[in-house]
Amino acid sequence: MSVLPTDDDALTEELARLTAPAPSHLADAVFARWVEVDGPVGALYVAFTDRGINYVCPTRWVGDDPDRFLDHYRSRFGRPLRRTTRAPAGLAGALRAGRGTGMRYDLRSVGEFDRAVLAKTLEIPAGEVRPYAWIAREIGHPAAVRAAGSALGRNPVPILIPCHRVVRSDGTTGNYAFGPQIKVDLLRAEQANLEETRALGRRGVHYLASDTTRVFCYPSCTHARRITATHRVELANAAAATRAGYRACRHCRPG
Amino acid sequence: MTDDLSQRLSVDLEAAFPDVVAAYQHAVFTTALRMSGQPEDAADMAAEAFLRAYIALRGYSPDRIVQLQLRPWLLTIVLNLLRNEARAASRRPAQLRLESSAPLDDGREGPEEQAQRHDGQARLGDLLTELAAPQRTAVVLRHVVGLPYVELAAVMGCPEGTAKSHVARGLQRLRAMIPEETR
Repeated sequence: MSVLPTDDDALTEELARLTAPAPSHLADAVFARWVEVDGPVGALYVAFTDRGINYVCPTRWVGDDPDRFLDHYRSRFGRPLRRTTRAPAGLAGALRAGRGTGMRYDLRSVGEFDRAVLAKTLEIPAGEVRPYAWIAREIGHPAAVRAAGSALGRNPVPILIPCHRVVRSDGTTGNYAFGPQIKVDLLRAEQANLEETRALGRRGVHYLASDTTRVFCYPSCTHARRITATHRVELANAAAATRAGYRACRHCRPG
Repeated sequence: MTDDLSQRLSVDLEAAFPDVVAAYQHAVFTTALRMSGQPEDAADMAAEAFLRAYIALRGYSPDRIVQLQLRPWLLTIVLNLLRNEARAASRRPAQLRLESSAPLDDGREGPEEQAQRHDGQARLGDLLTELAAPQRTAVVLRHVVGLPYVELAAVMGCPEGTAKSHVARGLQRLRAMIPEETR
């Protein structure tokens, strides 16, 4: 009945039949792919694996030299790369809209804390900014402001995960892995009210409230920017806002 | 072919590495599949082996790469991964194992014979995983992957004579298992 043989030749013949062809997805799990695409402030090199995007680099950061980008990638991720002309689905739209939430990311190289920081950063809408302290508080580590900043400095997928939207509490834009100027350019390109936020910060104003809705916001919040001049109240800190009877905006969640 | 590939790899790792994957993915995958008996993990394990190989090669000098016997070297990497994985798994709670095996269609068999063969292959694949480690390694590499004894000895880190006796004992053990299994 059975096909299992007992004599040697037949047995080795059956064993030879156990050879299995490697599935086609094996090579995709080994090689990453990369493309050059248009970004908000110039071209980008984007690398992705079978699990999602795992590296983004402005071409100007490496002198428009793909070999330098490839070198960075290989030493950081220990993974070979092949060029492709097919970008991940939705990438162009995500870059145009400044909204990376719909893309898949491969963050296997990123630790748990950093991953929480990046996931939170992904929530910040285009044109708005949040302080480093906001990230730390929102992920449940309010004292880890500096650690949150370091995690953002290591962000392997900048622009898509918008670490450029995280700024200093005093209203200045702060550092960026690709230099502070690119950060400013990115925020200008998405019409953030940088100059206004900075000017307010210089006067010690870090929150804006409406005396009609009794809600207070970060100055870059889309709701703060809709408050008309006559109803706008300037506030120095969240405690003062709460004392004065304002409640925190549910969109930008100031604290 | 091997020597030529090692040669090209030593000159331009990035250009030649895709050819290494293309040339040896079936051997590495088959080894992962037949040593572990776990079809669902074999591709991941094989991919991981190639990534380990790539990282190692990046650190090797061209002289060292030229000397490499690629196939036994790659198979040694995947066997080490499997060993480490088995050790880690023994510390985890047991998981349900699915029995499955990719059917091979030679175009001559009817569906019934195919089903029977498929069944027999799955059974033989399972029997292999019951062999003691050195015998399993020897039988899988020699008779499933088709490695020559000189490469088998290199992978097992033993003299060819010892590798041969592991193969012989493994086959003997398999034969002894089959009658009771098929009754």
